[in-house]
Amino acid sequence: MFDTLLPYLLAGVSVGGQYALIAVGYTLVYGILRLINFAHGDIFTAAGFFMVYLVASVPLPLAIPLVIILTVVLGFVVERVAYKPLRSAPRMSIMISAIGVSYLLQNLMWYVTGGLAKQYPVLPGLSQTIQIGSATTKLVTIVTPILTIALVVALVMLINHTKIGMAMRAVSVDFETSQLMGIKINNVISVTFIIGSAMAAIGSLLYFTNYTAVTPTVGAMPGLKAFVAAVFGGIGSIPGAMIGALIIGICENLIKAAGWTAFSDAFTFALLIVVLLFRPTGLFGEKTTDKV
Amino acid sequence: MKKGNKRLIISLVFVALLYAAGCLIEHTAGTKSMVVTVLQKGAVYALIAVSMNLLNGFTGLFSLGQAGFMLVGAYSYAILTIPMAKRAAVYQYYNGGWVQFTIGVIPALLVAGIVAALFAALIGMPVLRLKGDYLAIATLGFAEIIRAIVQWDTIGPLTNGSNLLKTYPTLKNIMPGNTVLFTFIVVGVCIGLILLLINSTYGRAFKAIRDDEVAAEAMGINLFHHKQMAFVISSFFAGIGGALLAMYQGSLQANSFKSSMTYEILLIVVIGGMGSVSGSIMASFLFIACSEWWLRFLDAETVLGNFKVPLLAPGFRMVVFSVVIMVVVLFFRKGIMGDRELWELGSRRGAKGGRK
Amino acid sequence: MKKLIALVLAVMLLVPTFAMADNVIRIGVFEPSTGDNGAGGKQEILGIEYANSLAPTVTIGGEEYTVELVIEDNQSLTDKAISAAQSLVSKDVSVVLGSYGSGVSMAGGDVFAEAGVPAIGVSCTNPNVTLLCDYYWRICFLDPFQGTVMANFAKELGATKAYVLTMLGEDYGVGLGKYFVEAFKGLGGEVVEENFTEGTSDFAAYINNAVSNGCDVVFAPCATTYAALIIDQAAAQGISFPLLAGDTWENSAILNAAKGKNIKVYCSTFFDENDDAAAAAEFVTGFKAWLNADSGKMTNNGGNDIVAAVSALGFDAYNVALAAIKAADSADAAAIVEALPGVTYEGVTGAIAFDDVGDAKKDMAYIKFANPETGAFDFVKTQKVGE
Repeated sequence: MFDTLLPYLLAGVSVGGQYALIAVGYTLVYGILRLINFAHGDIFTAAGFFMVYLVASVPLPLAIPLVIILTVVLGFVVERVAYKPLRSAPRMSIMISAIGVSYLLQNLMWYVTGGLAKQYPVLPGLSQTIQIGSATTKLVTIVTPILTIALVVALVMLINHTKIGMAMRAVSVDFETSQLMGIKINNVISVTFIIGSAMAAIGSLLYFTNYTAVTPTVGAMPGLKAFVAAVFGGIGSIPGAMIGALIIGICENLIKAAGWTAFSDAFTFALLIVVLLFRPTGLFGEKTTDKV
Repeated sequence: MKKGNKRLIISLVFVALLYAAGCLIEHTAGTKSMVVTVLQKGAVYALIAVSMNLLNGFTGLFSLGQAGFMLVGAYSYAILTIPMAKRAAVYQYYNGGWVQFTIGVIPALLVAGIVAALFAALIGMPVLRLKGDYLAIATLGFAEIIRAIVQWDTIGPLTNGSNLLKTYPTLKNIMPGNTVLFTFIVVGVCIGLILLLINSTYGRAFKAIRDDEVAAEAMGINLFHHKQMAFVISSFFAGIGGALLAMYQGSLQANSFKSSMTYEILLIVVIGGMGSVSGSIMASFLFIACSEWWLRFLDAETVLGNFKVPLLAPGFRMVVFSVVIMVVVLFFRKGIMGDRELWELGSRRGAKGGRK
Repeated sequence: MKKLIALVLAVMLLVPTFAMADNVIRIGVFEPSTGDNGAGGKQEILGIEYANSLAPTVTIGGEEYTVELVIEDNQSLTDKAISAAQSLVSKDVSVVLGSYGSGVSMAGGDVFAEAGVPAIGVSCTNPNVTLLCDYYWRICFLDPFQGTVMANFAKELGATKAYVLTMLGEDYGVGLGKYFVEAFKGLGGEVVEENFTEGTSDFAAYINNAVSNGCDVVFAPCATTYAALIIDQAAAQGISFPLLAGDTWENSAILNAAKGKNIKVYCSTFFDENDDAAAAAEFVTGFKAWLNADSGKMTNNGGNDIVAAVSALGFDAYNVALAAIKAADSADAAAIVEALPGVTYEGVTGAIAFDDVGDAKKDMAYIKFANPETGAFDFVKTQKVGE
């Protein structure tokens, strides 16, 4: 029984790890700005395209850090141009701005690439096939969860033991008061977006090594699922986002194994609704009280 | 109330003139022309935008599930009105399908709205207890689930699964030569009903909920009951809008009712101004005219003499469009009309005084 | 204010209609240039443009008319297809060529029928394109035929249980899948059917399903984007049985995905570039030269000069349209509608003649193998109806 399930579990762990890296970006931004950054999935896709285009002119070892840098710059620019001016506006405006940015990025990518899927370059080492038990899969399936856990641990240490981490925690608890306390809000928010985008870039490296076709809309579904993972794990909790993502990745593949392939995406949304109804703070979130 | 009556009459005359203009354009330019296409699609999207505005702008419930209700409405209409003779051909993979009767156009329109409203009532029960962003994502999720179910092979005999639905009565069959008039009439009646609702006590309750939920509850407004009402009514009209869209398109596929359609409607509402019915109507026509007609030249690779104009390639139109939308969202946050109506421009509004 | 805008718009529209007085006849090109099917659509447009470069004028009633191609992108989506079709119709085209993709063809068909403009389907294989629309003809074979051909071929390869994977919401793939299932079951085989949703990148679970169900052949008629992913992941999981598909897989994207991997990919298609027939060989050499002369066209063809079958079909479609115009001896759409049923043409993809529904009497399909070493398509065999 385990033998037949093993390939599905491996696939689930792999894709769950990739969702986790994207989910971290969502949960960070939501914790601080209370904004669902709809454009995050598209930043993830853009990272994939950066790699495809860079590899044509620059050697691979140089391309990887460049991709991360470019994605970070993109995330930074998006925040400055589209979200900063609306910080004092009602919540709906900034969410609409996020949707607008997502729309713009997708259309830009359609235009530049002509809509044809691009083949992601092969990253040596990660794309090798290996044998685990009775299943054959790519090396990246094993690398992903290990790398994800390492990055999440590093991030949690950053949040809990550094000055900027403390500033981020303060802002996520109370936006206005932390400003009064002398925390430079702009820096904190920029750092949040930078970390989130860097995570998304690394996630894209792993994701596209596994699933090698890059199209402008490839990031939409993973983005949405990563958001559900973030909510499931508890908004504001980074380890929660990772665990939520892994659970979603594994369940998705088990559902496909059971034969209900048409509903594997719908399952994620059903899970979200159940979580929101019965445990809105997620698995590891903190309970907040609404003051009138 | 004498001044109110005078305003009402002027507005009605204006509206009648618009209808006449629409009719005239159709007869002069012909049903094939792009103007007529824009008028038809613009009117349909106007209805859907107003229904979304009722929910988002007037009640403050950020819902992204419009595409799902449009889908349900469109499919209900199409399934019930496919002529008996064509059913076998359309449902070719499902031995003719389960539904073996046909009803008229107007009853089917009403059924479309009612079915969408039923779905909304069911969905509203769990979802309306959520707040803000969570409500948005939950409704988005439900829209996707509805789409997955409609495409499901097992109920293919009802919905034709992944295949197109065709041969049901379209705008051209119902009122040939006067398609714009028919669309305008149906849309006009629906928007009129919505306006009546907004100007009633229920409408004031909705606005109270939008402005401050806690205060509204303290004032004795039953939050859940009113939210449910707004949700169901908005979905009823979204369902009718979906049916009209089906009539306009001539063929129907579940795949096109994605979340991107909801985003387009949301953008129309934002451009027009959340909380303004006339704003939504104007923005809808502008949006459709720009995206379908005026900006099409941006997609064609044009060569002037020997010089190939740079940047003009397929897809450029949508990029320009997105940039324009971002500009509106960032710099003209209130949209065209803010939260005022066209007929209130330049007049005092109730007890608030001359607020411009 | 709205009324004023509306009147201004009406006037703006009437003005251009008076400007079309010179001897120009417009042929609409209804193809996807972006979206899931953008790759194939662009190749079809190349075939049409090449044909236009060889025959840019046509004589009607003793006068020479220039043929102008009006290209509209239907974005591979049915709702955008309707607006693209309306745009074409409003530009006064006499006949429309296209599309690649049965869904968009069916959606656009209503618009063309309302306007009375005939449309010639190039590579849309779903039977409903012509069955449900009186104004659609086509020059390629149909899905029931294609499904049967591939089912027979699968049987020849020794398969007893097939895994059929189609995309939910795509009528071409789902339709072709069902015909394959019917035919394969009729030959005594067993079938496992599954669908994936749009936007799926992770096919590992589906491939696992195929393996765990004991299937020995996979039939996956889907768009090239998903095809590349399926091939890549099947190879990564060490699949030993072959992957089969319909005409959408005859594309450079599949060759790129299969190159250097241990995977067997077969697809059915309309044309083979190594065909010895004189007309076909001449077309191939001429088309390759035309492609190589312009780097933009090479990019649209996928970055190489391998002749796609849909380009050959596009070439034939253009010439059929021209033949119909000559037979009607008029630039009027209604006259061309009258003339089309009687048109016969020796195309590079075979002889073309229409039956009462509007389908071409095509009875032969080519089966090709994607060679992982050479990165090109190898011709395997031709298959006829009833074999």
